[in-house]
Amino acid sequence: MKLKWPNIILFFGYMFLYFPLVCIVIYSFNESRLVSVWSGFSLKWYKALFSDPIILRATFTSIKVATISATVSTIIGTTAAIVITRFGHFRGKSFFVGAVTAPLVMPEVVLGLSILMLFVGMDKFFGWPDGRGTTTVIIAHITLTLSYVTMLVQARLQDFDRSIEEAALDLGASPLKVFFVITLPIIFPSIVLGWLLSFALSLDDVVIASFVAGPGATTLPMIVFSSLRFGISPEINALATILMTVLTIGVIMAAVIIYRNGSSQENSVE
Amino acid sequence: MYRIEELIISYLSELAKKITGRNLLIFVPSVWVFVFFLCPCLILLKISFSDSIISSPPYTSLIDWISGNILQIRLNLGNYLGLFSNEMYIRGFATSVLIAGASTICCLLIGFPMALAIVRSSPKVRTILLILVVLPFWTSFLIRVYAWLMLLSPSGFINSLLMKFDLIDAPLQLMNNSYAACIGIIYAYLPFMIFPLYSAIEKIDYTLIEAAYDLGSSPLTAFFSIIVPLAAPGIYAGSAFVFVPAIGEFVIPELLGGAQTLTIGRLVWNEFFGNLSWPTAAALSIILLTFVVFPIVLTQRRKEIRLLRDVR
Repeated sequence: MKLKWPNIILFFGYMFLYFPLVCIVIYSFNESRLVSVWSGFSLKWYKALFSDPIILRATFTSIKVATISATVSTIIGTTAAIVITRFGHFRGKSFFVGAVTAPLVMPEVVLGLSILMLFVGMDKFFGWPDGRGTTTVIIAHITLTLSYVTMLVQARLQDFDRSIEEAALDLGASPLKVFFVITLPIIFPSIVLGWLLSFALSLDDVVIASFVAGPGATTLPMIVFSSLRFGISPEINALATILMTVLTIGVIMAAVIIYRNGSSQENSVE
Repeated sequence: MYRIEELIISYLSELAKKITGRNLLIFVPSVWVFVFFLCPCLILLKISFSDSIISSPPYTSLIDWISGNILQIRLNLGNYLGLFSNEMYIRGFATSVLIAGASTICCLLIGFPMALAIVRSSPKVRTILLILVVLPFWTSFLIRVYAWLMLLSPSGFINSLLMKFDLIDAPLQLMNNSYAACIGIIYAYLPFMIFPLYSAIEKIDYTLIEAAYDLGSSPLTAFFSIIVPLAAPGIYAGSAFVFVPAIGEFVIPELLGGAQTLTIGRLVWNEFFGNLSWPTAAALSIILLTFVVFPIVLTQRRKEIRLLRDVR
């Protein structure tokens, strides 16, 4: 490999992106609590992590919240994307598009604060959601992730050749059948991507959850965040390493599935 | 009696005709967005005009019936006026704009050469390089901030390395300042800059640059008179993608910026959780939205529309 300027830039660029993460992984196996001392390979921080009931409970809460909110927001977001791309004009459409995509640019602090104020107001008038808990976090996360799903699916719907759908309709298929037999398989990769992105965003969010979570619904990022305020700790290194591994494997698996799906479709068209 | 029933029945059947699959599909996302996004925004606006009191919830209502027949609407502008007269909030806005602006420029300076280098590499390597840019984005935002906490803290990696080689005697104060907050923001949002830049640079016709070389231009002239203007849409989009989330950022300045780096995000958080002053927090949020976020989003959208028109 010749030492040309693009290679040098890429080397330093990717060093910047990956060096901090590699540090976390390496130090998660350090026996010593201190970063300055390398006292040998050890799995004790992983052991400490798995025997911490608070972290285990928070992990369970986070996975539950992320699964439910990602699923609901994928369904509603896909519906919104179909409405935007396939329904032509209807009254208030541009307003609809604006409102669905607006949470993308809302600062998290503002989104969390405003949803919390809604819950407090609703509590006062209807007696629901009756205090804050997991449900309120799920609702807030659906609102946050909805716009991401809508954008992803909408881009895919705008891209693909509509004549296939029209041909099926001309040949007498019902709109519902066209959707399930033709549209859904084609947009499926972006639906999967939307679900994964929603899941990751929900699993990652600390600001909105801090506003709307009740005492019994502490999520994993909230625990991590409060412990980070007291500085670095090897348990967090171990936790971060596990999270990174799981998320990376998840993303790579999804990429492989999407890639295979895409290539098999191209083959079948050919 | 019969007439009313008939009216109701005819109205309901009229309504039933409207309940088609199409309207139902429009209805579901509309209701969600209305109840859980638009209503919260309106409530935020409402609370920003109310008085702060000690009760639960800690604000007064705007509309009151006085002695049965007078409707009184009370708009307290004090929350907004208070923001403009208190130096802390003005400084908070300045800090946020400075940190977000500096981070955006640094992202551009790092991201542009990287995007250019990725475009210049072979197609197979290019896919891998692009995946490597997104991958950190998927590995939890909090972990990426934590990574810098580990590098920069007094007992962290950089300080212990420098101490080990006796380059310094006491740990350097690398974090708890606005530079550390900038580094955190650059690190967290760099992928948002690289992607739009990449897709803009990728579209540039390379023969234009060769033509410039043939006509005797230097690489630098070719870069500034061909590549930069043609990559402008990517530059605008990437800058907006970094600046908009950076301006309201809470976690990064809170963890890396120390006590004196008070950004708007942190002020909103402190007003709400610390001072329990919901109206002030609401007024700060409204000002952040109307003076910073909306103008950027609107200009960005107008640029996109103009670009689409030019393409056509």
